[in-house]
Amino acid sequence: MTETREISIKVPVLARVEGEGALDLEISNGQIQNLKLRIYEPPRYFEKFLEGRSYTEIPDIVARICGICPVAYQMSAVQAIESAFGCEPGPWVQAMRRLMYCGEWIESHALHIHLLAAPDYLGYGSITEMAADYPAEVRRGLRIQGLGNEIIRFLGGRSVHPVGVRAGGFHSAPKERDAAALRLKLEAALADAESLVRWVAGMSLPQHGQVFTSVAMHNGERYPMSEGRIVSDQGLECSAAEFEQHFREEQVSYSTALHCRLHGEPYLVGPLARLNLNHTLLPESIQSLCRESGLVWPSRNMFQSIIARAIEIYFALVEAICLLADYQPDTPYQEIKPKAAIGYGCTEAPRGLLWHRYEFNDRGDIVSARIVPPTSQNQARIEQDIARALQSFGLEKSDDQLRLQAEMVIRNYDPCISCSTHFLKLNVERC
Amino acid sequence: MWKVKSSKKSDSRPRIAVHKFSSCDGCQLAFLNAGEDLLTLSQLVQIVHFAEAGMVAPEVDVDIAFIEGSISTPDEAKRIRAIREKSKYLITIGACATAGGIQALRNGADSDAWRAAIYPSPQFIESLATSTAIAQHVRVDLELWGCPVNSLQVLSATRDLLSGVVPAPVRDSVCIECKRQGNVCVMVARQEPCLGPVTQTGCGALCPSHGRGCYACYGPSENPNTTALANQLRMIGLSDQEIARRFLFINNQAPVFAAAAEQALTPSLLQGEGV
Repeated sequence: MTETREISIKVPVLARVEGEGALDLEISNGQIQNLKLRIYEPPRYFEKFLEGRSYTEIPDIVARICGICPVAYQMSAVQAIESAFGCEPGPWVQAMRRLMYCGEWIESHALHIHLLAAPDYLGYGSITEMAADYPAEVRRGLRIQGLGNEIIRFLGGRSVHPVGVRAGGFHSAPKERDAAALRLKLEAALADAESLVRWVAGMSLPQHGQVFTSVAMHNGERYPMSEGRIVSDQGLECSAAEFEQHFREEQVSYSTALHCRLHGEPYLVGPLARLNLNHTLLPESIQSLCRESGLVWPSRNMFQSIIARAIEIYFALVEAICLLADYQPDTPYQEIKPKAAIGYGCTEAPRGLLWHRYEFNDRGDIVSARIVPPTSQNQARIEQDIARALQSFGLEKSDDQLRLQAEMVIRNYDPCISCSTHFLKLNVERC
Repeated sequence: MWKVKSSKKSDSRPRIAVHKFSSCDGCQLAFLNAGEDLLTLSQLVQIVHFAEAGMVAPEVDVDIAFIEGSISTPDEAKRIRAIREKSKYLITIGACATAGGIQALRNGADSDAWRAAIYPSPQFIESLATSTAIAQHVRVDLELWGCPVNSLQVLSATRDLLSGVVPAPVRDSVCIECKRQGNVCVMVARQEPCLGPVTQTGCGALCPSHGRGCYACYGPSENPNTTALANQLRMIGLSDQEIARRFLFINNQAPVFAAAAEQALTPSLLQGEGV
């Protein structure tokens, strides 16, 4: 019997992601024929209005690309500026940058777990609904998120668009007594972070293994934030300066975000990719917590991204406490001498690799700028994942079930659509 | 009359919405980073639309609509008009919604050329030539400045409205805040260019507290003397271009700053002006 039916579902707004996007899905003869993740966040042209501005203005400008991960933008930028001008900030600056990054990972991951992802797995529409049944867990999450923000404020004055970072280091060094007070608060939160990992590890997540390429930074010594080379689990190893030889951005007609591919293929960046490539570098206490919770890395199940985030929160908290041990204020920055040069920066934003390239003239003004955010790198992977996840979920399921499953898949990537570009229109056509 | 009352009988709580336009999402964090206060807020009011937090009902009538972001596409220009019709009070949050944002640096630039420089197939990209403030499209009841706004600003405005009080944001300059905090002036002591004299506070004089000059992310203060400041900046060695660039930053389309930049680039206008 030949049956032709056309069904169209419209979900006008994708909730609980950062930015504006839509999904088009066409199903015919039980097969997905067409699947497009459309990002229509308006373009804001940052790379163009950076041109002609001084290198000193970059940290304040690029922070405005994303309110959720401004520290990442500042960190990749200062790395690129310093590589161009041959400035090497000392160990104090490097340690404080890592501390600030710990703050952003904690804040961004805690926001994603509690506000964006957990409601999916526990069956709620939002955190405020979830708070009625899980008051202790929600409050714990908000506390952890608040602590991440506090770490950023310690160095940056405020957590969104912090003002403390400059090329060469920081504008000022925090006081010893503020560091001691912060460290005490972080130590008191260790139990919260451990119980968060156990809570998330105990959630019933969909079991859906798949093949994909993980890409992250790696340095063999410590879990990467700003240090190391770009590696994949398929043998890639390159420096930030060699990025363009391996990764290429393409435009697709339905999206304002460019799609970035590695040797023409989709790949994954972000917490799960980082953990897959760097799990042996976690402190022994966290590795044993993983074993105890039955967690095995590397993982091929994208739904375990929420667990990867909880583990990275715990790690970042432990790391922040270490970085604050014996804190003493020091010279906060190195002087910069600009010259005509090209500089590259690559660091691990909460959502994955964030690559910057700047060309400067001899005054240190920007001739050209190029920024590749994590979401543009994950976009092709998200489309591939939705297709596979829906096939395995069963295309005969109702449109509502398909839509929810697709949204859950998308949320695993914590797409920060503002970075490139919360509105998901899902159009399903079946015939 | 500013008293907010709910029109819906089954639930007496007032309804609020948080909408996003062209922005970095950072001002919404004033709510999402509020911690325990976010839970208290969700008990005092019904949050009916706030996509990032999971509430999606853009078409529902609300008592207060908070707007983040600027208008930079034809669709956004339509959407803000629909929201205005459904909202009793409309409050802009942040530099993008209030003054067009940093992305308004494209206004006056050749935006077609910019689009073509970034996108291989620019014809697929729909965007307006300008990024404009919400008030240029619809009536705005209250503007909260800042890049970003903070939790205190959005929550106290909400509290005021819930109590039937007209919110009255402070528009003192950053200079006044520095004096309150006992900061040493970075411009006097270290010749650091600082926009504190013409910028409204709200940030807590953050930049001078960190030993750097203010970059005006909270927009113009009340009665700012930009001419005097431009002269001072010239005296500490900034070129006309550099002075203009400082005014043309986060709030480049705030009329006072745009005019100050133009004036800086036309020094003849300054003759006869004292510091």
